[in-house]
Amino acid sequence: MRLRSQPAERIDRNHPITFTYAGEEHTGFAGDTIGSALYAAGRRVFSRSFKYHRPRGLLCCSGHCPNCMMTVDGVPNVRVCVEPLRPDVDVRDQNVRGSADRDLLGVVDKIGGPFTPVGFYYRTMIRPRRAWPLYEKVLRNLAGLGRVDEKANGHGPYVTVHRRVDVLVIGGGPAGRAAAEAAEGKVLLVDDRAAYDASYEVLSPATALAIYEGGLVPVAAGNTLHRIRAGRIVVATGALEQPLLFPGNDLVGVMLPDAVRRMVDEWALQPGERAVLVGEAAVDLKLQLARAGVEIVAVSLRPESLSAHGRRGRLASIDLDGERIDCDLLVVSGGLQPAYSLLAQAGARIDYEPRRGIFVPTELPAGVEVVGAAAGDIEQVPAPAVLDGRGDKCFVCICEDVTTKDVKRALREGFDSIELAKRYTTVTMGPCQGKLCQLASTRLLAHETDTDESAIGTTTARPPWRPIELGLLAGPHHEPAKLTPLHQRHEALGAEVIWTGAWRRAFHYGDPAAEVRAVHESLGVIDVSTLGKVIVEGPGAAELLDRLYPNRFSDLKTGRIRYGVLTSDGGRIMDDGTVARLDDELFYVTTTSTGSEGVVEWFEWWNAIWGYDVEIVNVTGALAAMNLAGPLAREALAPLTDAPLDNESFRYLDAKEIAVAGVPCLALRIGFVGELGYELHCPATDAGSLWDALVTAGATPFGLEAQRVLRLEKGHVIVGQDTDSESNLLSARMGWTIKDDKPDYVGKPAVPHLEVREKLVGFTSDVLPPEGAQIVRDGRIAGRVTSSRLSERVGGAIGLAWVDPDCAEEGSVISIRVDGTLRPATVTLAPFYDPEGALLRS
Amino acid sequence: MSFLLTCPHCGSRPVDEFRYQGEVTRRPGPVATLRELTDYVYFRDNVAGVQREWWYHRTGCKTWFVAERDTRTNEVLRTLIPAPTGVATPQ
Ligand code: FES
Ligand SMILES: [Zn+2]
Repeated sequence: MRLRSQPAERIDRNHPITFTYAGEEHTGFAGDTIGSALYAAGRRVFSRSFKYHRPRGLLCCSGHCPNCMMTVDGVPNVRVCVEPLRPDVDVRDQNVRGSADRDLLGVVDKIGGPFTPVGFYYRTMIRPRRAWPLYEKVLRNLAGLGRVDEKANGHGPYVTVHRRVDVLVIGGGPAGRAAAEAAEGKVLLVDDRAAYDASYEVLSPATALAIYEGGLVPVAAGNTLHRIRAGRIVVATGALEQPLLFPGNDLVGVMLPDAVRRMVDEWALQPGERAVLVGEAAVDLKLQLARAGVEIVAVSLRPESLSAHGRRGRLASIDLDGERIDCDLLVVSGGLQPAYSLLAQAGARIDYEPRRGIFVPTELPAGVEVVGAAAGDIEQVPAPAVLDGRGDKCFVCICEDVTTKDVKRALREGFDSIELAKRYTTVTMGPCQGKLCQLASTRLLAHETDTDESAIGTTTARPPWRPIELGLLAGPHHEPAKLTPLHQRHEALGAEVIWTGAWRRAFHYGDPAAEVRAVHESLGVIDVSTLGKVIVEGPGAAELLDRLYPNRFSDLKTGRIRYGVLTSDGGRIMDDGTVARLDDELFYVTTTSTGSEGVVEWFEWWNAIWGYDVEIVNVTGALAAMNLAGPLAREALAPLTDAPLDNESFRYLDAKEIAVAGVPCLALRIGFVGELGYELHCPATDAGSLWDALVTAGATPFGLEAQRVLRLEKGHVIVGQDTDSESNLLSARMGWTIKDDKPDYVGKPAVPHLEVREKLVGFTSDVLPPEGAQIVRDGRIAGRVTSSRLSERVGGAIGLAWVDPDCAEEGSVISIRVDGTLRPATVTLAPFYDPEGALLRS
Repeated sequence: MSFLLTCPHCGSRPVDEFRYQGEVTRRPGPVATLRELTDYVYFRDNVAGVQREWWYHRTGCKTWFVAERDTRTNEVLRTLIPAPTGVATPQ
């Protein structure tokens, strides 16, 4: 039912929109909200209350109260009074058994019993203990608001947007618009109502949720969260209409003035037939109501006593100062309260002002201003804290169904501060977040304890300003992955791809054991583009590296390579890799796959302190790298390059710039996997053709798993897998890299103090212990396995483990717990395979 | 934590663009007693007040700089690229 056309109505009667409510089809108009369309369709009860399941109807029509929350397209707790109507939207009741009109749980309101008193859950259900799981199940079923439909996708994807403006105005009322008009620079106004044209940018409908430090304001606009940084923030959030406290103040048909105004003016709805107006702002509505054909049966600016009586939850009559009046609409106004929450969050002080009965913000933080009604620009006489009257329940907080009786009871039990009363009664903790109950509860407490409101104070304002979906905070789901330039080659080969840090790497190509065999017996190639690659160049390069590593590089000859381990100043192992000297002042440093960023930052940090004349450049992404390894490596490489590869011209640990298959490469003769090998570093763009040439030359691609077996056969340590944040060079048996005759280097002050509480050793065993298995000695844990694999070459299980120092002897027998039983293993200090390194040097 | 930091190169930026490296500490010389070493490696002043600390503009210009920040309010009073202390081995 609609009124005839209203002067400023928002609905477009030429554009009907159909939607479903509880499975039934209804029609509204463009410009309607779901709430107004439902009202037009005859709906009066919009929800059931949280605890007592009392019928509730439109109260504020401003998105402030909990009364119109429904499940819309599977999204629970949508305030339909402000949710624009869209075609085919599916609207359902929530928090009911049956329907909002006939909710079986409404019985709670009548029988009361254990559910009624405040704090019942703190004391009613604790005995007998055994029964708690049952209670819990029942309570969980009853509690909560709405249900998330995991299958529904009414919300769509969430987006986060970052913005920076000079001036952000929050609120598009007259004061906000004037402030935006007058502001200079890039001005943005956020408004929770419909968009309009202006000389500045308007973001609407959108809601500012909080003000964080650094002028950060998250703004919710549909599925987008705008993270706005503003140099200046102008808060123009206006004021909130406050309800009055009287018995029956939650009945369907009790409304705030703004709700009535919007219903008539914007949606051409008749809010009732017989109206009583209470309070100044309500009396102002005479015109609207006359236009809407509503009979005004009584008016009172300041009643002494008031109570409302319902029939099936809907307003039927009131007692106003002793007079019984039949009516179906009661417009009440308890005055205005500045909407200060954003300011309070930002650190403003909030003071009570008794003359007007409001809390006003004072002492604003730097960069934040407040204008208009939010600043307290309101003239009014305070309404009484609570009206006399008898009858129904009198609600302080309609979100959580807290009554004046509950607050009084809490007071009697000693919860006399607002923060305690809040936690005990849950007043102000519901979906309205205190918008309609903060002032009322403070004033009620003051009234009951005979103190003044400033002594009671307010509860702490916390973000967000209105409830929002978690998805909005989570934002879009990102899973950044680093791919090497050869990634498509691996996928084409059917590689199993795994995560290693942020990298996606080929784990194997189907048969890792065959890949291991290929490297040992003929030729393999592995993509090692994930290695960190760093250029260190400049007159101070050699000295800088000497100071960063315990090892020495200043005496490294041009064209040669040396292994290096990085330690912290506390002497702990951080990363490892190779350092190749390409020229007097030019070094090429590799790091672990996950360590490149950290190592570069570490280098740069130390050099910010020391100030060597050096450039440090991370070229990890610019270069690809592949390791060609196996007894046939030289033969396979020879036809692809003009460079001499014989063992005199290109020795083990030589670094040479050569062309391979026409691709310029830095070739490093090193051997992580223990066979004759060339690690070829080339521009990322050439990686594909180089890889193809190597595969065509007979190299079998091998993956990470084969590499892990091969390196373990060599006893090569993986930093981060075999070492942890406690490992030092002595305990990891890498003391040989320490050149302690250097005057200083990172980690040097710690060297004399390094303790060897355990040692990293190799072991062989008949059974394969899982990585992480315990080493047990005399019934106590005395170490752990860090790496383990079956090795065809060695013929059994091999691994690395931390053991007591006195067990770290060649041939010591240790016990490893495998599947609950202790299995013997034998300590081996030398590499399991080619202990002399003859193959590497061959 | 959403305060702004002024990178000496790039200007005012949100804190999430930076890596925090903790208080500026005093490194003992290459020869240190265990107590000196432990103080330097593990102990921090953790003042409630203005603290000098290292920051790195990780998603920006990749510069290390020192900020003076009030740990109570997150107000950053000053940022600067400190002059290197030089390369001479401290005695
Ligand atoms: S009626 Fe919708 S929020 Fe109050
Ligand atoms: Zn910068």
